[in-house]
Amino acid sequence: MSAEERKAIRADKPFAFSEETERKFQQLLTRYPKDQKKSLNLPCLWLAQRQEGWVSAEAMEYIAERLEIPVTDVYEVATFYTMYHLHPIGKYHIQLCRTLSCELRGKEEILKHISKKLGIKPGQTTADGRFTLSQVECLAACGGGPMMQLNDDYHENLTPERVDQILDQLP
Amino acid sequence: MTAAVELKEVKVLSAKYHLKDSFTLEVARQHGGYSQIDKAFGMEPGDIVEEVKNSGLRGRGGAGFPAGMKWSFLPKDNDKPVYLAVNSDESEPGTFKDRQIIEKDPHMLIEGIIITCYAIKAHDAYIYIRGEYVAQARMLQNAIDEAYEAGLLGENACGKGYRVDVTVHSGAGAYVCGEEMALLESIEGKKGQPRVKPPFPALVGLYDAPTIINNVQTIASVPYIIEHGAEGYRKFGTEKSAGTFLFGISGHVEKPGVYEVEMGVSMQEFIDKLAGGVWKGRKLKAVIPGGSSCPVLNAEDVAKCTLDYESLMENGSMLGSGGMIVSDDQTCMVRNLKNLLYFYQHESCGQCTPCREGLGWMYKVVADIEDGKGKMEDLDLLLSIADNVEGKTVCVLSGAAAMPCRSHILKFREEFEEHIKLGKCPFPK
Repeated sequence: MSAEERKAIRADKPFAFSEETERKFQQLLTRYPKDQKKSLNLPCLWLAQRQEGWVSAEAMEYIAERLEIPVTDVYEVATFYTMYHLHPIGKYHIQLCRTLSCELRGKEEILKHISKKLGIKPGQTTADGRFTLSQVECLAACGGGPMMQLNDDYHENLTPERVDQILDQLP
Repeated sequence: MTAAVELKEVKVLSAKYHLKDSFTLEVARQHGGYSQIDKAFGMEPGDIVEEVKNSGLRGRGGAGFPAGMKWSFLPKDNDKPVYLAVNSDESEPGTFKDRQIIEKDPHMLIEGIIITCYAIKAHDAYIYIRGEYVAQARMLQNAIDEAYEAGLLGENACGKGYRVDVTVHSGAGAYVCGEEMALLESIEGKKGQPRVKPPFPALVGLYDAPTIINNVQTIASVPYIIEHGAEGYRKFGTEKSAGTFLFGISGHVEKPGVYEVEMGVSMQEFIDKLAGGVWKGRKLKAVIPGGSSCPVLNAEDVAKCTLDYESLMENGSMLGSGGMIVSDDQTCMVRNLKNLLYFYQHESCGQCTPCREGLGWMYKVVADIEDGKGKMEDLDLLLSIADNVEGKTVCVLSGAAAMPCRSHILKFREEFEEHIKLGKCPFPK
């Protein structure tokens, strides 16, 4: 990651684990060999993302310090895996599966419907910051295609009507 | 071809699935959960390895390697800890069976882990679960917490004076981490880039220590083998493909889902009877039998295949992870291949040039054909790229893309040619 790219993912405010996150971090420390703190790299990125909604450069620097590893080790992991958000995203993240079983059962129609309904394309966030739409690779719910993951939860056997029901009742 | 095994649903792994709250320790225990711990700890670890070897249990993650034999590769003299890594990355398109085990009977998996740890002399097990399985990771953790509270896990697991600790480690969206060496890299806090084999993980695995990596379904099958013995397990399936399998079926069928059957049943009957046949009264065109990397079969092949390792191999494909993807007769096979190649080029870890460059190239050529911009010589070009990426890289991901590419062209060449001649896709969008 270049210096410019790194600058673009700064939150411009300090990062630290909250009390609750710190408690989880201390628990995690007991689960891996004492001399293998680097194993907490992915778990810590998850903790940071759970806490802030995304992973900023400051969070990565903080994790590197806590794990006593070079910050590049954290950057390279955060940028390799697709689920870490390096920028803030919408309150609701819609991840629509685009892989074969879902495509065979009508993924394209669902994508068009969501895009039209929210006025965004995959990769975009609505102006009010409520929804981010992504197309993702197979989520292992092939028997229930077409399907989407809305934040943590799977919704299967989607139809345009079903999508409306799910999205319209969100707080 | 030998006669197919009679098609009926069996309940080895899925025995508790119909019960209310089957995922809880209370219900699991009422229905035989953890009942094989006493018997297992009454055996010598080496005898458990032998029993699993004799049972014919093969890895359910895709490669089908005999589980007991894998365990026997651990070094005899070893002063390092031994680790168990349970592969719950489940990312191969068409595969969604391990999710059932985690959601419906996680305690069967934990019981399998305890017995396996004892058998291979491990004390620490890591369950590597794909990052998207947030709810499933939580369910698994709840079950593990219950097991700790009940004294089934921990310093004195099940009161046997043997320590077993189980940790759930979440991935973060990388298909390649289902590859065993990439999985270990990911637990170690690194990018999921596979390591060169040999050395194999049984000798040099997690933290450079001997490590056994098995799929969720493989480990969940262990308690049954302890209870009924190798012979009891072998009552299911065929001679070379023993036991039962949680087959997943998706795509153009009336009743997609996961069904447990003995290995060796007819593929056609499985599709027609359990999955309700091809949807909308249409005809069958193609089946990808065991996850998207397995070579595609046409309707004629399907009629000949039984669901076991040997039959699929004889018919030019693989049983893989047992996830069948069915396409009806109105499906464009070029579009199917384009979808799959997009997946594989997206998931290449970028470590090896043939894979990083070759898969993207294959995708672009197939996308051009689908969009009506293809040339006849593109077909030979695709076959040539497929040959030049497969087997030229650290792991098998490039081969996983080459196999569907090659087989789609060989089995459905006329569809590719029609796209090229017409200058457009002949199928409705």
